[in-house]
Amino acid sequence: MLRFLLFRLALLIPTFVGVSIVAFAFIRLLPGDPIMMLAGERGISAERYAELQAAYGFDRPIIVQYLDYLWGLLHGDLGTSVVTRRPVLDEFFTLFPATLELSLCAITLAVFLGVPLGVIAAVKRGSWVDQSIMGTALVGYSMPIFWWGLLLIILFSGILGWTPVSGRISLLYFFPPVTGFMLIDSLLSGQDGAFRSALSHLVLPSIVLATIPLAVIARQTRSAMLEVLGEDYVRTARSKGLPPARVIGLHALRNALIPVITTIGLQIGVLMAGAILTETIFSWPGIGKWMVDSVFKRDYAVVQGGLLLIAGIIMLVNLIVDVLYGLVNPRIRH
Amino acid sequence: MAQTNPKQADAAIGLEGGPAVAATRRAMLAEFWHYFRQNRGAVIGLFIFTTIVIIAILAPVLAPHSPSMQNRGALLVPPVWEAGGTWQYVLGTDAIGRDILSRLLYGARFSLFIGLVVVTLSVTVGVTIGVFAGYFRGVIDVAVMRLMDVILAFPSLLLALVLVAILGPGLMNAMIAIALVLQPHFVRLTRAAVMSEKGRDYVTAARVAGAGRFRLMFKTILPNCTAPLIVQATLSFSTAILDAAALGFLGMGAQPPTPEWGTMLAEAREFILRAWWVVTFPGLAILITVLAINLVGDGLRDALDPKLKRS
Repeated sequence: MLRFLLFRLALLIPTFVGVSIVAFAFIRLLPGDPIMMLAGERGISAERYAELQAAYGFDRPIIVQYLDYLWGLLHGDLGTSVVTRRPVLDEFFTLFPATLELSLCAITLAVFLGVPLGVIAAVKRGSWVDQSIMGTALVGYSMPIFWWGLLLIILFSGILGWTPVSGRISLLYFFPPVTGFMLIDSLLSGQDGAFRSALSHLVLPSIVLATIPLAVIARQTRSAMLEVLGEDYVRTARSKGLPPARVIGLHALRNALIPVITTIGLQIGVLMAGAILTETIFSWPGIGKWMVDSVFKRDYAVVQGGLLLIAGIIMLVNLIVDVLYGLVNPRIRH
Repeated sequence: MAQTNPKQADAAIGLEGGPAVAATRRAMLAEFWHYFRQNRGAVIGLFIFTTIVIIAILAPVLAPHSPSMQNRGALLVPPVWEAGGTWQYVLGTDAIGRDILSRLLYGARFSLFIGLVVVTLSVTVGVTIGVFAGYFRGVIDVAVMRLMDVILAFPSLLLALVLVAILGPGLMNAMIAIALVLQPHFVRLTRAAVMSEKGRDYVTAARVAGAGRFRLMFKTILPNCTAPLIVQATLSFSTAILDAAALGFLGMGAQPPTPEWGTMLAEAREFILRAWWVVTFPGLAILITVLAINLVGDGLRDALDPKLKRS
């Protein structure tokens, strides 16, 4: 098992170096001069320009800049935001809990609805229940989520007035972040109504972000279940006279879940891409919105650092999924 | 050793020309249609998609107004069935008095164009790279696959967003960025298919008969790897439309006043609580188009997957 883990980790190194080169190169290719951006509309003298270039290290050969960047990276230094003048890593850690909270809620929703729906569809194969579940799943899978978010805002915020339009909590509440998760922090603050407010802000973005993973998980669970339900051991369990719930829940689902775990893991990339749109629509202060804003503001260091960190997270989650897959499925461990 | 003409060699093993091959092709097509037709959803999807194609072609004839004509006397007019709506603007007008129906009809052209260009680009590049990697293996293969891993490590929309920021916002650049992000899937699929086909007897037979490397790669092996590629191309078509609309929505795709559906949504955002129709219809158009293509994709997968075929 340890060898398997080390081998997988070793495989990540060239990919990560590649990711760092891509992130580094991209930023050098972006149009616009970062020093001129920094100077603003008034402009600066040639001497000051050269001074700043030297200060930021932009006057050195590109390969030296890259190695320097890599060296900083290994020491946890991802550069400083040109706009806020704060270290990129600090900004990331301030905003990441918001995205993590949203993503965790979304994936929980997707798994706890998607898996049972997939199982029901498989068990009732060919019936109207199956057809309506799979039809809905295909609609969810084809959904432009930025539009879906706007529709939900129109209905629940505009017409019904049930949920707020944007942000993580009402401006009425203020408390210092402890965990960074608004649901937990609002509970810890002890302020009346804070948790309710945080929850009502979280509902719509979670639904929007969960839509595509939910559809994918339901479809995958159905096809995995169908495959397993045709196996001999399921027939044996049935013919032994075991109750259907036990056959489906214990014998079939446990084996069907193996490929589903991989699917759930692969959704992390979908969630990150979805977070870009969801956070933009709901003005959710997470890393998706941070990346979009930084691209528009041409905040080189943030785009570069953000790309690297997000790719790093995705690679790490995929590794964990692979290891988990090995744990639950001993057949592929070696 | 006597050299054999590749044409003769192919004819000898039944790879080219001849009425027998044409008949086989027809039979395969008939078999495919037989299985495709069994999936009701796929047939409905195909019907809707064909309708959208016809709408896109006939947009100038069908559209009641010019997509860019502004009418200052008819700002945010609701659809005909709402109070205050008129038959002049069936689906209402936007904030600067442009007819939404006409813009949607013209928008179909952009969406299909995006899908077509992106799929063509990513299939051409991805399949070529995949065939080379799968056929030659070795250093080329390792280098190519690591590069694809790097591209796949980023969320596709984020990578496309940054790429468009580099290339400059606009529809063409958005299409290039999306094609680049989608092509690793074709590389991987083609490579895997080529690797499994390469050792088959018919490939050896063609090689022994004197077929050259390029002929083996692109004429002997590739046609036998097309089934998964067709399915992936269909799914990429819908992904391309969705991603281009998302980029348009973020302000990085087609630029106003282009009647692209995602860009229309971006322009409509500030009116969502005042005029539901400016937001609802463009998104519905995206959803219907993508849904139709995905239905066809599911049908294609079922019809082309030999494992699912009942003998």
